[in-house]
Amino acid sequence: MDMPLPDPSVLSRRARIWDRLAAALPADALITDPTETRAYECDALTAYRCLPLAVTLPRSTEEAAAILRICSEEGVKVIPRGAGTSLAGGSLPTADAVILGVARMNAVLETDYDNRFIRVQSGRTNLSVTGAVEADGFFYAPDPSSQLACAIAGNIGMNSGGAHCLKYGVTTNNLLGVTLVTMAGEVLTIGGPYLDAGGLDLLGVICGSEGQLGVVTEAWLRILPKPEGARPVLMGFASNEVAGACVSDIIKGGLLPVAIEFMDRPCIVATEAFAHAGYPDCEALLIVEVEGSPAEIDDQLARIKTIATRHNPVAYREAATEDEAKRIWLGRKSAFGAMGQMGDYICLDGTIPVSELAHVLRRIGELTASYGLRVANVFHAGDGNMHPLIIFDANKAGDLELAEALGADILRLCVEVGGCLTGEHGVGVEKRDLMHVQFSAADMEAQLRVKDVFDPAWLLNPAKVFPLDVTASRRAA
Amino acid sequence: MRPATEAELAGIIEGAEGPLAITGGGTRRLGTARGARLETGGLSGISLYEPGALTLVVKAGTPLAEVEATLDAEGQRLPFEAPDLRGLLGRTGQSTIGGVVATNASGPRRVQAGACRDSLIGVRFVDGTGTVIRNGGRVMKNVTGYDLVKLVAGSRGALGVLTEVAFKLLPKPETRTSLRIDGLSDAAAVAAMASALTSPFDVTGAAHWPGRGTFLRIEGFAASVAYRRAELQRRLAGFGAVDVAVDDPWPAIRDVAPFHDAAGDVWRLSTVPSEAAALAARAGADQVLYDWGGGLVWLRLAEGTDLRARLGPFQGHATLVRSASALQRFQPEPAPIAALTKGLRAKFDPRGLFSVEI
Ligand SMILES: Cc1cc2nc3c(=O)[nH]c(=O)nc-3n(C[C@H](O)[C@H](O)[C@H](O)COP(=O)(O)OP(=O)(O)OC[C@H]3O[C@@H](n4cnc5c(N)ncnc54)[C@H](O)[C@@H]3O)c2cc1C
Repeated sequence: MDMPLPDPSVLSRRARIWDRLAAALPADALITDPTETRAYECDALTAYRCLPLAVTLPRSTEEAAAILRICSEEGVKVIPRGAGTSLAGGSLPTADAVILGVARMNAVLETDYDNRFIRVQSGRTNLSVTGAVEADGFFYAPDPSSQLACAIAGNIGMNSGGAHCLKYGVTTNNLLGVTLVTMAGEVLTIGGPYLDAGGLDLLGVICGSEGQLGVVTEAWLRILPKPEGARPVLMGFASNEVAGACVSDIIKGGLLPVAIEFMDRPCIVATEAFAHAGYPDCEALLIVEVEGSPAEIDDQLARIKTIATRHNPVAYREAATEDEAKRIWLGRKSAFGAMGQMGDYICLDGTIPVSELAHVLRRIGELTASYGLRVANVFHAGDGNMHPLIIFDANKAGDLELAEALGADILRLCVEVGGCLTGEHGVGVEKRDLMHVQFSAADMEAQLRVKDVFDPAWLLNPAKVFPLDVTASRRAA
Repeated sequence: MRPATEAELAGIIEGAEGPLAITGGGTRRLGTARGARLETGGLSGISLYEPGALTLVVKAGTPLAEVEATLDAEGQRLPFEAPDLRGLLGRTGQSTIGGVVATNASGPRRVQAGACRDSLIGVRFVDGTGTVIRNGGRVMKNVTGYDLVKLVAGSRGALGVLTEVAFKLLPKPETRTSLRIDGLSDAAAVAAMASALTSPFDVTGAAHWPGRGTFLRIEGFAASVAYRRAELQRRLAGFGAVDVAVDDPWPAIRDVAPFHDAAGDVWRLSTVPSEAAALAARAGADQVLYDWGGGLVWLRLAEGTDLRARLGPFQGHATLVRSASALQRFQPEPAPIAALTKGLRAKFDPRGLFSVEI
């Protein structure tokens, strides 16, 4: 993975840029000391690191606008950052760039139950949005596994998903409006606390634009009343094919579970060794969760059982108590931790049509064997969002490169069967150079035009998402 | 002009020398269209339908009725309940799925299942230079590159001509029922709808039709619907008698049927529900219909009334849906937003072929 060479003219004006930022901000909102900026040298894609020119941590939209205005005038690149949990290198800095981190902007600005929205500053963590409304019986639906740490800002940047998006949708389906500061420092309100914004759906294109169109400082989010209850069921199958067919039959049966999670044998074995959740010894395992009142849950689970029975499950376990429910989820929730025990790993997140599940898992197995590596699969089966985890040894020369090459082959496979490179983590730098696998030159050009309009000087997070050769002339201009 | 293929359509646009009036079924356009008529009806047919994956890919000129019949046969549906605006706008013709997408047409179920744009997962379209552009795809979760799918949905053809669209679908519920409360004031009706929509009972429609009642819809498996009906009746008892509605009111609410045969201009307000009743009062309308729990307000006023001037600033926006007057159809945007809109239109349609108002 290459990054562009830092702009020498910016590096040579370093002191002046620091001075201008310092004059516009409170003392603690600007960090230039490398021992402190080190904390911002990478995100959760830790294989790539770089110290930024400076880190700014504004406390208000006005301060964010001042930072952007100065950087714009000085021709300095800006990397918007939430909590830095991106798995794609979305918030990875370059040496000539200023990080604009919104972590200190974490207030709840307005809660309105009757109109079913909350307005927050974008640095607020995902889980604490739900935390702010939970006692009153509400929740914010998108729930990335990183929800304790990740910020709404990054959720909007990546259009993040979660385990429950089969029923509730992803960030874009739960976002009503934003306050956006453009690279020029102009403050825009896009959308608002109502369902239907007029004109072009600018909000729709801002969500998931990976910090390349503007800096989101505030957001109106849709909140929902909490369901009365939820209960999972665990089922084991003799093959990935059978488990895949069962998923498809549940969906066709008119049921809409909140989650359908899938684990393959390598993943089951690893999590069992790590978390001792008592999972059955089988080739593939599904966790299906449904919501409602106790009677509604019983009714849905009875229907699911009828469908599952047709596929001869080797294990079928319904949670009768809260404790049993926890045990069913325990293994799934420890899956990433278990992989961490096995070695270093890369987490892919390509999506495939659900009908291709068994075929893709078989091909991944073959590819993995040909590379001499190990892969475990755990993913959101209801919507085809795969999470193959490639295990490698970072201390072994060449192993990371090998794992990355296998990852690229798996993502090519996802696109080949009708899917895409990334279902929820974003492109960042990680999948940037594979974009041509999914998009023609014209498809990419259409996307670049949008950035041309929002950020004509190409200063916002410019070396991400699109292959460097595709954006070279724009970044140089 | 009525191209039979996407390539032919692209050729027509590339060679166009003046404005083009893109026409699906001609059932949803607001205002007049300038330019040579370019029909999409020749691009018709279902490209892919996988019931087990809840996915549909369909050519943009396919009649909506054909799409709905195909899904119905498998017990599935488009989640967003697209309105049929022919009666309101006095049009004939067959609505096409491309027109539904281009206007982001979304009915009562929007409060629960989202708008058309929320179910839309992929598009192909031809921009103003005659270039074919693909975005999104056929899978439900996809964050690869910018989401032009959303940008194009509801753009009324200002950025290009849709040729193919892909949706995620939902199973049709086993059963449905509607509750009705009689005689509520507009403000009380909005409060009752808020109470229902903030309950865990998964209401899929909340509308107030003055003179007819306040309606709530529940859908799902029979036992579950019966349970939620009883719970809602209990919860809303303080608002008056909560009865099961005899007739299904939702097609009429969806299509704004109460306004069909009445003269005057029709406006559509998108706003914060709790402000809806006060806005309607300020509008001094001859007739009002509330959907989306009050988030969508249909108003009928004397022809030529400038509702925006009458209302002054409010949270949301007003669209003039039916009128013979010269009033602007869409709410003027603040200058910086208008500049972005203009910039995007210039990029996608540098020659200004798609001269629609948005
Ligand atoms: C253990 C683990 C589990 C995870 N599980 C999931 C999961 O289940 N689902 C999922 O979708 N993701 C998951 N992720 C990925 C990650 O948490 C999400 O992408 C998250 O939304 C990133 O949020 P963040 O605040 O950390 O953003 P950052 O990493 O700081 O930034 C992410 C992107 O958003 C942009 N951005 C940040 N702030 C702003 C702003 N204010 N304005 C504009 N753009 C901005 C950045 O430039 C960058 O491109 C996981 C990550 C980890 C480490």
